[in-house]
Amino acid sequence: MTQQGVRWTADQVLALAPDAASRKAGSKLGAAGPWSEAGSSDEGTVWGLCKGSGSKPYQTVIDIADSTGPAYKCSCPSRKFPCKHALGLLLLWAGGDGTVPHAQAPDWAEQWIEGRRARSEKRTAGGASGASSAGDPEAARRRAERRAERITAGAAELEQRLADLLRGGLATAEQAGYGMWEETAARMVDAQAPGLAARVRELGAIPSSGPGWPVRLLEECALLHLLDQGWLRRELLPDGLAATVRSRVGLSGSADGRPVRDRWLVLAQYDTSDARLTTRRIWLYGAESGRAALLLSYGAAGRAPELALPVGLAFEAEVSAYPGAGQLRAALGEQFTPPAPATIRPPGTTTLQAVERYGEALRADPWLDSYPVTLDRVVPTPDGDTWQLADTDGDLALPLTPASRSRPDLWRLVALSGGAPVTVFGECGHRGFTPLTAWPEGAGDAVPLC
Amino acid sequence: MNTTSTPADAPAGGSWEELVTVALLGTERRTPPGLRPGREAPVTLLDAAAVETLRRRAGVRPARAAARPEPAARDARPSLPPAAARRLAMLLADRPGTGGGGRRGTAPDLMELLPQWLQLANARGFAAPPQALPALLDAARGRTDLRPAALAFAGPRAVWLARLNPEWRFALRSAPGGGAALPGPEETERVERLWQEGLFAERVALLAAIRAHDPDAARELLTTTWATERAEDRLMFLDSLRSGLCPADEPFLERALTDRSRNVRATAAELLSALPDSALAARMAARAGSCVAVDRTRGTPTIVVEAPHECDAGMERDGVVPKPPTGRGERSWWLGQLVEAAPLRVWQKRLGGRTPEEIVALPVADDWQGELHAAWCRAAVRQRDPGWSRALLGAPAAPEAGGPGAVSLAERSKLLATLGSTERAEWVAGFIGTHGLSEAFQLLGVCAVPWAGPLGRAVVDALNIARDAGSYPWSFSGVMGLAERCLDPAEAGRLEGLTSVPDESENAAPGAGSYWAEAFQRLVTTLRLRAAMASELGEP
Repeated sequence: MTQQGVRWTADQVLALAPDAASRKAGSKLGAAGPWSEAGSSDEGTVWGLCKGSGSKPYQTVIDIADSTGPAYKCSCPSRKFPCKHALGLLLLWAGGDGTVPHAQAPDWAEQWIEGRRARSEKRTAGGASGASSAGDPEAARRRAERRAERITAGAAELEQRLADLLRGGLATAEQAGYGMWEETAARMVDAQAPGLAARVRELGAIPSSGPGWPVRLLEECALLHLLDQGWLRRELLPDGLAATVRSRVGLSGSADGRPVRDRWLVLAQYDTSDARLTTRRIWLYGAESGRAALLLSYGAAGRAPELALPVGLAFEAEVSAYPGAGQLRAALGEQFTPPAPATIRPPGTTTLQAVERYGEALRADPWLDSYPVTLDRVVPTPDGDTWQLADTDGDLALPLTPASRSRPDLWRLVALSGGAPVTVFGECGHRGFTPLTAWPEGAGDAVPLC
Repeated sequence: MNTTSTPADAPAGGSWEELVTVALLGTERRTPPGLRPGREAPVTLLDAAAVETLRRRAGVRPARAAARPEPAARDARPSLPPAAARRLAMLLADRPGTGGGGRRGTAPDLMELLPQWLQLANARGFAAPPQALPALLDAARGRTDLRPAALAFAGPRAVWLARLNPEWRFALRSAPGGGAALPGPEETERVERLWQEGLFAERVALLAAIRAHDPDAARELLTTTWATERAEDRLMFLDSLRSGLCPADEPFLERALTDRSRNVRATAAELLSALPDSALAARMAARAGSCVAVDRTRGTPTIVVEAPHECDAGMERDGVVPKPPTGRGERSWWLGQLVEAAPLRVWQKRLGGRTPEEIVALPVADDWQGELHAAWCRAAVRQRDPGWSRALLGAPAAPEAGGPGAVSLAERSKLLATLGSTERAEWVAGFIGTHGLSEAFQLLGVCAVPWAGPLGRAVVDALNIARDAGSYPWSFSGVMGLAERCLDPAEAGRLEGLTSVPDESENAAPGAGSYWAEAFQRLVTTLRLRAAMASELGEP
């Protein structure tokens, strides 16, 4: 991220916050009041002293010039990362009202920055040599083989368990409860197949998911069976599908697709988290290629993943796809411009075209739950106790997924529409549509719904 | 778009249903369709189910659209500047209970700034950004004091939304044009019907609306059904005549003096006494005048009071309550009510052509001063008489102004409310300059926001003195909170110097210095935030 001299927007800064509380606390500190001796340098360093409750002010310094994302240092005891002081300082700097002037960094900030840069240079140098030394191809191949054997054993065991389940009937799954699935999932973790383990864990939740569970359980069992079979016979599959099977099982390859340079619009950013991990999904739309790309980043529970791209901004960058047919996941390569507000909107489709796209995408990846689409001119419409997005012209509509219709963000979408057509980006799948971002009918900024 | 909505092209009639049945019961009990010899039954079932699942997913069709909602009415107001829209989102995100709670630290209390922000935005005539409406309605739902300003700002789309979400039903009740729109004063037929058939709350709202528009029409509407209304309803309706009270109301009010209900009678009398030319005011003037006189035989002219000896039927009819509350003497109780209801201008003539100041300065014989001055205060507030209010308030720096004199703090703030905002601010500034902050909270509450320069300086100086005296800032948390919301943001610069932690003096409470620095820090931050808020919304 070579952004020296370019001030960020407040939204960009707030997107760095690990949670809503820090976001709020940070925005309160984004006023000149508590800060003193704040400044910034051309090398991309921002520093300042923040008056806290103690007698000694906190020393906050941020390095925004790092290519892997900003780095923070603050003398406060907070375990949040970045802490509210770092967020507040960045907001103050982003405000650009002269309270963070260009200046010479004080010693305490300079020391940290120098130490950091020295370390990261060593790392890049060491990384380059490390890659060649770790590249003993024979050893790597043996490791990969051993892992594949384990996964094969796991898949075979899973096939056995699925067969047993269907021999006795799904009705028994309801009584067996969650424990049986947890145990099977643990076996899959042992088999180093995290993709299988996650699917097994989801199976365990289905019997208690309300009416219609046998249908859903059979569907998921059948798709798991399909994945097992795909793995066991991967040599017979075409390359693309084989790669998809590998990534679905949990063997993530590296993003070695041809880098695509484009102007990428950030369509949506949302986090999901479980006990161990926060997963951030960022949907991008390439203004010239017309491609959709999904960036995934992870953070430990309670920490925000480092990559943050505010919805509605666009930037010039290279993006490389991960292997596998029908896979939209990509890795962000070099960025050529900082994210800046943009008026581009992705072209929209009708509801019928949206479900057709999902159907098409299943051909390449049968395990796909949903596919990103933009619906043009749809009206959020109440339908009994649920909601749907109805075409303005015609009488077709996509129901919202059960999860998204109970979210408070639904009301932001309804309010934005006010009964008039809106453009909505979201994920269209077999459970329904999940709205993620909306645009008003006329001119207007993107409104994030997640 | 659940998959059952695609029955048309499901081949081999119900084969998915059949697979589900087999799966539920188990292949030990049922044989899956298409089982070939040499294949395991569960595997055959899973193979078939995988194919069928994908076929169903790939073949998903959109559902039939339900009836689309009626579009919301257009909001013609201009939209907010982007910075102001972001600020609003920030203020709304600061919901009570979401923060850490406990000690407030140096961060401003954003939710407390929302009323001010809404007032500014409404004054500038901006429309609310539609996507902010849910958070705004949620905030107004929790705080009834926010509702009028929030709903005015939210505009027609909020009412539209409230029809879809029962949690926001309050917006239908309080918004004009909400649930059942009030008829305009010219729609006589609808007015008539609503007045005859409406619910009590609707009728009160109708009466208030018409009164605001055409006071006479409202009174006439009320007269049509007056005799048949219930006593508590009569009281409420009568109370709505308080706004737009005029001499034309006198005959109606005079009739209400003979009402069956005592509360209605008292209210009618109170309203009449606020009309200085009414017959009741004249009767009261005569009664009160006969009780109070100046005795010139003494060395200094002195007011002598001869309280009434009985409460006759005439007095009772004019709203005098005969039975005093426990602990008060009958005669002083009656006197208080007579003086309170008499027009103040009577006294100038009655007490030797003196000005209100001279009258208030006269000594009063036999300990009647408290009773008499308190009654004059009530009269000055009721008749909104700035001349008398000024006289009764006295000089803010006078020693008795600070103590529990004849006039309580609550009465004083009511008296202040009858004065112009500049005079009010100057009086309170003078009061704080002499007596400090401990009694000032109530008085500050009636001052116009933002505080005028002299008042703001007086408050800051007094806070500074309190700090130097070594007390803890939370003894002044009420005034601090007011200052955060009411001090002119331009004062922030002057406060900068107070935000450092001073060396601890010997008589100071331990640690007080840093708590004060923190409190001033928060004050400065809040003021800067308010300045930013106002500039984002632009000049009116």
